[in-house]
This record gives sequence, structure tokens and C-alpha cells, in this order.
Amino acid sequence: MHELLPLLKQLWLVWFLVLFLGIVFWAFRPSAKRRFEADAMIPLNDDPSPARNNR
Amino acid sequence: MGVAIADGAYGGTAKAVPVEAYHEDVVRAFVVAAMFWGIAAFAAGVYIAFQLAFPDLNLGLEWTTFGRLRPLHTSAAIFAFGGSALIGSSLYVVQRTCRAPLFGGREWGWFIFFGYQLFIVMAATGYLLGITQGKEYAEPEWYVDLWLTIVWVVYLVVFVGTIMKRREPHIYVANWFYLAFILTIAVLHIVNNTALPVSLTGTKSYVAWAGVQDAMIQWWYGHNAVGFFLTAGFLGMMYYFIPKAAGRPVYSYRLSIIHFWALIFLYIWAGPHHLHYTALPDWTQTLGMVFSVILWMPSWGGMINGIMTLSGAWDKLRTDPSLRFSVTAVGFYGMSTFEGPVMSVKAVNGLSHYTDWTIGHVHSGALGWVAFICFGMIYYLVPVLWKKQRLYSARLVEWHFWTATVGIVFYITAMWVSGIMQGLMWRAYDEYGFLQYSFVETVQAMHPYYIIRGIGGLLFLTGAILMVINLIRTVRSAPALEPVTQAAAVAAE
Repeated sequence: MHELLPLLKQLWLVWFLVLFLGIVFWAFRPSAKRRFEADAMIPLNDDPSPARNNR
Repeated sequence: MGVAIADGAYGGTAKAVPVEAYHEDVVRAFVVAAMFWGIAAFAAGVYIAFQLAFPDLNLGLEWTTFGRLRPLHTSAAIFAFGGSALIGSSLYVVQRTCRAPLFGGREWGWFIFFGYQLFIVMAATGYLLGITQGKEYAEPEWYVDLWLTIVWVVYLVVFVGTIMKRREPHIYVANWFYLAFILTIAVLHIVNNTALPVSLTGTKSYVAWAGVQDAMIQWWYGHNAVGFFLTAGFLGMMYYFIPKAAGRPVYSYRLSIIHFWALIFLYIWAGPHHLHYTALPDWTQTLGMVFSVILWMPSWGGMINGIMTLSGAWDKLRTDPSLRFSVTAVGFYGMSTFEGPVMSVKAVNGLSHYTDWTIGHVHSGALGWVAFICFGMIYYLVPVLWKKQRLYSARLVEWHFWTATVGIVFYITAMWVSGIMQGLMWRAYDEYGFLQYSFVETVQAMHPYYIIRGIGGLLFLTGAILMVINLIRTVRSAPALEPVTQAAAVAAE
């Protein structure tokens, strides 16, 4: 294991890429679609911005 | 004072209060500070632009030379104007999207405000007196750096504390960008400014790093200040204020997540492109170049996300001039994040580095992206914060928009022509291998472009002055909100 460690360390770019691809999968998995659509509404669910509505 | 203080919210009346009691006093103060420092920064910029065209404007005094006024201009623009806008808007956005008042209450909020303003004044006066570390965008000396560290840590605690006591289960993406900005700036600031003061009563210090490592740390700091101060922070602004002004959610929330993580993973590696063809090892330069080119993708992903938020609401661009600022800002973001990767390519950099092209690039980002997204935010926020129905004059905003846009176009086109010409003149040689132009000939050739640039800056400053007039009028004389919401605000007190 200890001999393997330097090699694994050298492959940092690969590990970061794997981590990033994991995030991409997490964000785009179909089951999360509705959840993220709801999250996008957070700023708009705030009290309606009165300054705009009176235009 | 409106809903901001709302002592009742902590008392027994809290349950009866329908409107959340946010701390908005400090946000108002930051908005005013941002406008004040904005005018100061733009005015200083115009002055030093004309100094380059007419050196007599140095006035023969050490305090008014270009060398001392230039860091005054850059720090006023980035840290005083941009910083005040970022901190103020972040404190507003984090409260609204977490549905929780500031952690630490108004005392900590005011400490951040006055602490940060003190930092600005200490740094700026130091520059004029010649007190500087000589590190670009990190000029303040050790005692100013220490003070900023304290203020910044309090800011971080307040921001994270507010997120932790949120009543909204999800942390909205704008807060991710703001938090990345706060955290990364803390790390960059501390590492790059590690220094040993000569004495505890003197201003002079020596930086801990030396040689090429110092250069690399400086530009690791410098480019990530671009990435996390001038980009991530203002993207947080974009992800809140564009959906808010357009009245519709961001185009793709999933894309915003990818945008965020891609920026975080990539930006930190781009610094070496500031050190092409230097003593920095070649592989490091190439690494920096490659990451800079890859950065193009998340940048444009974010740009598309911001602009497409308007799909189905494009007509608002016509009727809402403040939204026009925000969207044009995102357009400029796309333009300068395309230009940046191109300039980071070694072959292009060999021509562009040390020329005015760089200055033009910086200003298409700073004026077009940073200042415009701030203007959009401020035009949106002032009526909201001061409980007004609308801005005093939409027409004045329109005037501001066009004067500023024409000013930017003047500025960046003048710098493109001047910079590329300068680069080509430096490298031109004749049939015997001698350099064709002396340095002073290149300076002479740039003179007309320096005047055009100065006029562009003057237009930009004029637009900002129109903005200040409009905002003062809005606060003083625009009609207040109708009683319904007023009553809610009163009930909160």
C-alpha cells in the first residue's frame, strides 16, 4: 500500500476529474429534476418585490 | 427604520409578524459606500488616464504621480467599489434566500461595514504617502493586511452563521458563489501577504516568499482575485438579481451547479499565465495556459445560463433599464472570458503581455462585467431598500446605460489598437536584425489612443454621476410604497 501511495498521489488530476464527473451525474440524474426546479424558485418565493410590481 | 432593526422579532411579538425582519441598515450603508467609492475610483481612473497622455498632470508632486495614483485607482475600483457592492449584496442575498436575519445581529453587521471602510481608508492613504508592498492588487502593508484579516473573518462567520440558521432547507446557488468568494479571498490574502515587519512601530515589511516562488504566489493570488473576487462574487450577484429582476427562475439550476464546481476546480490553476516566458518552469506555464483555455467552457456555460434566464421575458429589456445593465454585464463577461483564454495562449501572450491590450482586457471585465452587474444590482436594490415604488427616472438610467456603454467601447477599442500596435512595434526589426523602433517612438505612437481612452473613461464617469443623481432623487422624492406593504413593514417594528 505504501508503495502505491506516490502513484495514487500523482494521479490527482484523474481523481479530481472523477469527483467532478460525480458532481455532474449528481446534478443531472433524472430523479433530481423536480427538486432542482423547486430550488431555483427560492429567490422568487421570497416576499414579492414590491418595487417591480408597481411598474 | 423599516424592517431592518425589528427588535420585536426577538421578543414576544415574533409569531405575529408576517414579514421576516432582516438587517437592511448595513446593506443600505454598503450600497451608499459602493456608489461613493465608485465615483472616486472612476474619477481617479480618468485622471491617471490623462496623466499618461499628458505627463504634466503628475504636477511634479510625489503624492500625485502616476505610480502612487494607479494603485489608488485599482484598489478603489476593485476593493472599495466592488468590495462594498459584494459585501452589501451578499448580506442582502444570504438573508433573503436563507429567510433568516444576519447571524451576529446588527452589531456584527456594522463592524463589518466600518471595519471594511477603515481598511479602504488606511490602504488608500498609505498609497499616496508611498507606503506599499509593491505587490500588484496586494499593495497594502502588513498592519492593513492584519486588520483586513480580522474584518474578513468576522464577515465569514456572519455569512456562514446566517446560512447555518437558515429556514430554507436548500442553500441557494448564489450563496455558494458568495461563500466561495469569501473563503478563497481569505486564503489568498493570508498566504500572499505573509510578511515580516521590520519593526512593530514602522510601516515597512518584507514578504516571506522570495524569487520565482514569490512571483508564482503573487499571481496565484492575483489571478484568483480575478476568479473569486471579480468573478465568483459577482456571479452570486447574477444568480440572485437577474432572476429577481426578470421575475423568473434561472434558466437551468443544474447548469448553475456545474458552473459553480467547474469554476472552483479550474480557476485555481490559471495563475501561471501571468508569468509566461519568465523564470517560472515551462511546464507550469503550459499548465496555466491549458487550464485557462479550459476555463472558457464554464465561463460561457454561466453566461448562457444568465442570459437565457430572460427567455420568454426579453421584452423586459426594453422596459426595465436596470435589467439591461445586468444582461449587458453578462454579455461582457462572455466577451472577456473569451478574450482571456486567447491571451493566455503563449504565442498570443508573447505579443500582448506588457502592452495596453492587457489593460483593455481588464477594463472590458471591470467596466463591462463588474461595474455593470453592480449598477444593475444597485438600481434594483435602492427602491427595494428605501421602500420606494420605483426609481426617480427610468430615462436617466437609459442615459447612464448608453453613455457608459459608449465609454467602454471607446476604452477597449482604443486599447486594442494601441496594445497590438505597441506589441508589433516592440518586436519589429529591420533587415540587419536591429530593432526598428526605439521605446519612445512606441510611446509617441500611443498618444492619440490614450486620449481616446481618457474620453471613454470620462463618459463612463459621467454615466455614474447620472446614476448618483438618480439614486439620491429616488431616496428623497420618489413615491413611497403603498400602505399595504408599508403596514407590514410597520408591523415588523
